[in-house]
Amino acid sequence: MIPHLLSWMTFVPIGGALVLLLLPRGHDDVSRRVSNEAVKIVTAVVSAIPLILSYFLYTGFDPARSGMQFMEVAPWIPSFNIYYRMGVDGISTPLILMTTIVSFVAVFASWGINKGVKGYFCMFLLLEGAMIGTFCALDMFLFYVFWELMLFPMYFLIGIWGGPRKEYAAIKFFLYTLAGSVLLLLGMLAFYYYSGNTPAERTFDILRLQRLAADPEGPFHADPAFWMMVFVGIFLAFAVKVPIVPLHTWLPDAHVEAPTAISVILAAILLKMGIYGMLRINFPILPDQFQDFRFWLGLIGCVSIVYGAFCAMAQSDLKKLVAYSSVSHMGYCLLGIAALNAAGVNGAVFQLLAHGMGSAMLFLLVGVVYDRAHHRQIDGFGGLATRMPIYAGYTSLAFFTSLGLPSLMGFVGEALSFIGAFQTEGELGSPMRYFAVFSAVAIVITAAYFLWTFQRVFMGTLNSKYEGISDMTAREVFTLAPLGVCVLLFGVYPTPLLDMMNVSLQQFMRMVQGAGQ
Amino acid sequence: MPSAYSEFLSGLSSAALHACDHPWVLWVILLAPLAGFVINIFFGRRLPLAGHVVPTLAVLISFALSLCVFKGVRHEMNPDFVRAGVGWQWFWIDAGDVQGLGNFQVKWGFLLDNLTAIMLVVVTTVSLLVHLFSIGYMHGDKRYGRFFAFLGIFTFSMLGLILTDNLFGIYIFWELVGLASYLLIGFWFEQPSPDPTGTAPVDYSMSPKDASMKAFLTTRVGDIGMFIGVMTVFYFTGGSFNFHEVFQAVAEGAFDRQYFHIPGLISIPVLTFAGVALFCGAIGKSAQFPLHIWLPDAMAGPTPVSALIHAATMVAAGVYLVARLFPLFDPNALLVIAYVGGFTAIFAATIALCAYDLKKVLAYSTISQLGYMILGLGVGAYAAGVFHLWTHAFFKALLFLGSGSVIHAVHSQSMRDMGGLRAKMPVTFLTMLIATIAIAGLGIPGIGSFHGFGLSGFYSKDAILGGVLHFAMDHKQHLLLAVFGFGGALLTAFYMFRMIYLTFTGTPRDPHKFEHAHESPTVMTFPLATLAILAIISGWSWHGVVPSSALDEEHGWFAGLVQKPILENYVGLDPADLAAARGEGHSEEEVEAEHRAHLIAMWASVIIAFTGFGFATRMYLQHKVSPEALASRFAPLHRALLAKWYMDDIVRGLIAQPCLRMTRFLFERVDKGVVDALVNGAGSLGAGIADFVGVFDNHVVDGAVNGTADRVAAGGAALQKVQSGRLRTYLALSIGLAMSVLVVFLISKARA
Repeated sequence: MIPHLLSWMTFVPIGGALVLLLLPRGHDDVSRRVSNEAVKIVTAVVSAIPLILSYFLYTGFDPARSGMQFMEVAPWIPSFNIYYRMGVDGISTPLILMTTIVSFVAVFASWGINKGVKGYFCMFLLLEGAMIGTFCALDMFLFYVFWELMLFPMYFLIGIWGGPRKEYAAIKFFLYTLAGSVLLLLGMLAFYYYSGNTPAERTFDILRLQRLAADPEGPFHADPAFWMMVFVGIFLAFAVKVPIVPLHTWLPDAHVEAPTAISVILAAILLKMGIYGMLRINFPILPDQFQDFRFWLGLIGCVSIVYGAFCAMAQSDLKKLVAYSSVSHMGYCLLGIAALNAAGVNGAVFQLLAHGMGSAMLFLLVGVVYDRAHHRQIDGFGGLATRMPIYAGYTSLAFFTSLGLPSLMGFVGEALSFIGAFQTEGELGSPMRYFAVFSAVAIVITAAYFLWTFQRVFMGTLNSKYEGISDMTAREVFTLAPLGVCVLLFGVYPTPLLDMMNVSLQQFMRMVQGAGQ
Repeated sequence: MPSAYSEFLSGLSSAALHACDHPWVLWVILLAPLAGFVINIFFGRRLPLAGHVVPTLAVLISFALSLCVFKGVRHEMNPDFVRAGVGWQWFWIDAGDVQGLGNFQVKWGFLLDNLTAIMLVVVTTVSLLVHLFSIGYMHGDKRYGRFFAFLGIFTFSMLGLILTDNLFGIYIFWELVGLASYLLIGFWFEQPSPDPTGTAPVDYSMSPKDASMKAFLTTRVGDIGMFIGVMTVFYFTGGSFNFHEVFQAVAEGAFDRQYFHIPGLISIPVLTFAGVALFCGAIGKSAQFPLHIWLPDAMAGPTPVSALIHAATMVAAGVYLVARLFPLFDPNALLVIAYVGGFTAIFAATIALCAYDLKKVLAYSTISQLGYMILGLGVGAYAAGVFHLWTHAFFKALLFLGSGSVIHAVHSQSMRDMGGLRAKMPVTFLTMLIATIAIAGLGIPGIGSFHGFGLSGFYSKDAILGGVLHFAMDHKQHLLLAVFGFGGALLTAFYMFRMIYLTFTGTPRDPHKFEHAHESPTVMTFPLATLAILAIISGWSWHGVVPSSALDEEHGWFAGLVQKPILENYVGLDPADLAAARGEGHSEEEVEAEHRAHLIAMWASVIIAFTGFGFATRMYLQHKVSPEALASRFAPLHRALLAKWYMDDIVRGLIAQPCLRMTRFLFERVDKGVVDALVNGAGSLGAGIADFVGVFDNHVVDGAVNGTADRVAAGGAALQKVQSGRLRTYLALSIGLAMSVLVVFLISKARA
């Protein structure tokens, strides 16, 4: 086993970003092209390292053990009890695996970037390292640092390498995010100040805060109204990232303007941060408040599912369609968590992975056609299946997983979340069953917008503008094939993933049972 | 069965008896067609074989093994035969079982019982024959190989559906057959018309691409209900999907005195709710009213697909579902099922009366016949319903393949272009005539110890109508069901013979097309002939017309194998008590009453069938009565029939368009108009303040500080595009705001 595995995975990309800065910039056309190619190759190599390391993470991770693994602890700012704490459990491990795979794929999806190449890939690697770091961090201060470090390159990647309305989208992204970050910061400070009476007792250690929460006499049970405010604040901070309705309007704009690979990262990984934060910080540290809030969580999930699906159907731009479908699909996670039972919570986390894979595929596929046609209007195509059969095949795979076809990943997440919601015990059971039934409407709406889109883009007579359109290149197949294999493999046999997260989720469920129970 | 067939089977029988005791046989049956799909899709172009070879061989393997299994099961001749559970199950999804937090574990396994064995034979037989037929029919298509791949994935999904032992699994394969259906209906996705040669049939309203989408979405509406039903069952049984465990829970009273309750609105027993919800799936897949609208349009797919999926097997999946879950349905749910089925049976038959598209006549006929099966199950004539599924699969597949043969010959689906084809296509004519006699139920009614004689449909339809009549005599308030049943039978005989006359007799209405018409090649007529034989003999297993296959003098093997499942079966009765329980409901008088009902039904249905046949003959063969005159006399009715009772318009106007308007409203008015407007408003307010502060900042605060931090962070000239001053001010503003909120918090905390 490799020592400091998590640190290596986090800091190799960040270090790689610095190395990129040192690469010489070309002064004439030829040397500039050489330099750009070199930057891309270095990025590919650097981002391959976490991918390889994640193999060791996978093999070294013991799914039967509860608690954190691969722990690393080192003092960082001792005077404030701030430590460098890293560790993973069954919730974060699959997310990290997905991060390394999707990031690696996204490098190749960025191959066509030729403006400010060095800056782009530098930001990209910084983003990758920060994402892995966020999933590993067990000290809230460290978590916050990685969290901000992740948002900062994202802002520039959209604002500089984006489409025509990139400034608007970037500012919108930034404002939403900033509002969220401020709330997170406040919540974090509240935890810190109340975690002990003297500075020496105070801590940012997430695990210790969780343990404090389990103590019915603990400080987080003293003033329920105050802690409810803190809970809602942190919830909103993470909810912006999910995103929930009505805090979702940054997402379609950000997606539309972002370059393909950044849309991929945004949808596949960044949107997962919200739910991850809730599972790691928000709910386990304030379990009583979580119990009181579960009804609203279910309601928000249900509204997001249905509202997102309806809005997706109204779209004429492929990327916006996928963006709204993300809003809808992330709603299942909230519904599943609100259910708080084995099926629901496992379904929610599985849905994170399923949506990560599915939406990554969808954005890559939109990128493929955008590179050729230079537009994304659904009605502007027609009959492409005759000219691009491989592309049509991959698209149907991605569409069918997104519309929840059994045997593909999307179905498992959705079905488990639904079943969990339906199984909810206690007085919440009745409303949750209504939420589940109401959300089931989205099953048809989702199928409708995906199939309708597929029909308009691929079926019918070939649009004469695209007589000469070429099918996917080897590079594009290379980016999509791994995701496609995952979607199919874990859709048919989800047990390996479920096994990985099962024990940790059971622990999570016990933690959030609340002191009252 | 013919002796050669029997010999072939008996040669395999000793192996078969053992084979059906090993799940690996079922694995091979299930996975062979999937392998065909995978090989064709991924390696099809690299193989030096024609596209049909691998999938057809794969289905042949499934077919042969299915016969083995069937032979073994038949040899047992035990109505309670079942192979499932330990050794036949594997863990599939395990989300853990936590005390107090619920569990979620799905074991997937095979369930082999008599129903499964019979379905295996139906699916693989029809599938194999359709594969053979398609070799001729699809010859020269540019996606020839892919067509067979899709047939393969359909066969796989359908086999999975009938082999699985739990509700969750059945839902999964249920959706997968939907996928296969979608892919195959839309097979000619680029074409505005379904005809590969490009001559657009007059009667077609929908292109394959629209039809495939309509089919998928309409059936999915039913699937929502089904999924809700699955979840309800799972919840009330305490976390079980397995059929056996579910029935056990029902038998033990897990649903007793549980009500689904909306205050002031409804209060229905949960078991009824679950039953009806699950039945919604069958309404969609088996094209029952009001979700039947997709099936006629699904005829836009290639004709072999219509035969395999939209006539013989997939649409029967709903019937199979009802049969499989039969012990779950309480009397209320069964009544709903009976009424839906009965109404569909007569409703669809009326539309078929005036249709001119050959395949649409058959499509509505299919809907109607499925209604009969559902009706039969609903009134408790369990074996009759399943038996009609069995016979219908053969004669309806035959009718569709026959229509395919005709369409192949005349390049049109409209009966307005046909007529007089009997001379040109003798084999097609003869086989289709056999199927028509079978579906119409023409035959010699029995009396005394003579059970009557006819082709397959004669027995199965008769059994259903007998069951319906028996039920209606017992429950006089439900006499309407009998009216549905017998009324539908009259219409069926009429429209089927109308179709035969319009297609094969009289003078050709399109001489040009008639000139070019020719009998189809052997690879197409062979399946027709085989199915024709099956259409004749498959009904004889009911009463044991062929003595060797008789279980006793009363019943043939079918009735011996398929018997109504009884709930008590699942609370652990031993076989002797079970037999007693089965006999219990059948007192001497009741058996007598049932017998009488069946006898009346048989005579009535034969008279009715001949009446329909007679009307059709007078109108379309002898031309004694003019159809046009009739149509103009009942003009409004005729218009309604031509418009298919306006169902498509109703769905479009009341569901599809409001739904689209809803999406636009939510996006344009709510998302853009309210949510985003608020965000932008807040944004510009913030920007205004920021600008003001920025001006203040730039003039008052030392400019040297300005932007330094940002510049370092951005690492390059790229940042110049971003309005750094404004950004930084946002940050300052927000943090200031945050800090003040924190201060308020802390102060309030201190006071409290």
